[in-house]
Amino acid sequence: MKKNDWPLWEVFIRSKNGLSHKHAGSIHAADADMAIENARDVYTRRQEGVSIWVVPSTSIVASNPDEQTELFDPAENKIYRHPTFYNLPEELNHM
Amino acid sequence: MESNYNLETRFQERIDREEKIEARDWMPDKYRKTLIRQISQHAHSEIVGMLPEGNWITRAPTLRRKAALLAKVQDEAGHGLYLYSAAETLGATREQMIEDLHTGKAKYSSIFNYPTLAWADMGAIGWLVDGAAIMNQVMLTRTSYGPYARAMVRICKEESFHQRQGYEILLTLCRGSEAQKAMAQDAVNRFWWPSLMMFGPSDKESTNSAQSMKWKIKRKSNDELRQQFIDATVPQAEILGVTLPDPELKWDEESQHYNFGEIDWDEFWRVVKGHGPCNEDRLKARISAHEKGAWVREAAVAYAAKQKEIADQKAISA
Repeated sequence: MKKNDWPLWEVFIRSKNGLSHKHAGSIHAADADMAIENARDVYTRRQEGVSIWVVPSTSIVASNPDEQTELFDPAENKIYRHPTFYNLPEELNHM
Repeated sequence: MESNYNLETRFQERIDREEKIEARDWMPDKYRKTLIRQISQHAHSEIVGMLPEGNWITRAPTLRRKAALLAKVQDEAGHGLYLYSAAETLGATREQMIEDLHTGKAKYSSIFNYPTLAWADMGAIGWLVDGAAIMNQVMLTRTSYGPYARAMVRICKEESFHQRQGYEILLTLCRGSEAQKAMAQDAVNRFWWPSLMMFGPSDKESTNSAQSMKWKIKRKSNDELRQQFIDATVPQAEILGVTLPDPELKWDEESQHYNFGEIDWDEFWRVVKGHGPCNEDRLKARISAHEKGAWVREAAVAYAAKQKEIADQKAISA
């Protein structure tokens, strides 16, 4: 990054109370306040949000997609974690 | 370490299974390069596309039209930014992309190298230019690269207002005086052929198409999209009561499509290569805006650095 380039921020938007913030995209800004304002102008021109989070992109730690299989492997063969694994009589209806 | 051959085969299998590719996934170098080129040029088109319409903001005939045009131009800026950040997920930098635009290394859609001579042009651009862009962009909502597809979904939601406001401008003019109707017709005459050229060279001339289709970056060929646009647009022209400047335009019962005349490909290549009516003006305007805004960017960085310094000092003394 050159001296006068603005750093990159990831933008997360809560569309309405009761829902989680969701990744919307990214934005360049010199500081956090500007990142919030730029995110508002770019991602909520039609009232798409009630709350914005901005996070410096460099602060995000991500899992490695090349290791996806190994990383998620422990959950793969545990079908007993799902309700449909258990055999119950029909007459029980909704459980 | 897997051989490149295996990686490429596996990549193609993922594409064939309709899996989306995400930023940090392995991808062939050529896939990355093709996307950076396409997405950045798409972004540049949004940004340069603000200029022909910006030309009429101060002269919009009513406050309603002015507010709508202003919002539309603002949307184009937003669309440019969604796309730049999609390209950045592939490792392109904002600075480099902008530099490539300014040096002429990167292209943008040739349609924006045509001048906007009359108010009716705002109508023709919204209806035809945005209409053509929508055909392409709706297809791209299903593109194989996740961040690009998501930007497209957002853009398509917003574009539909653009086309409707343009059509409404023309509709108002077409129901007005003879002079207004003539103005609308003139704008349509000038923008019809350049709009058809927006879909790019015909399939037999299009060099990158086959690979892009295989990678599902695009899912329809230039000619398919062009035909789809014409079929959708001709009935809309009839409702307006304007004619389209192509004597060969005719419904074909057999194919269930409109036949149309030959596009002037010499003109197309002339404008692509920089010799359209406004190429020079557009680039000059972009470069000037960038240079005149430099002090703002520098000041913001200096301010942020100073605020951080003050905060750090407070933390130390506390």
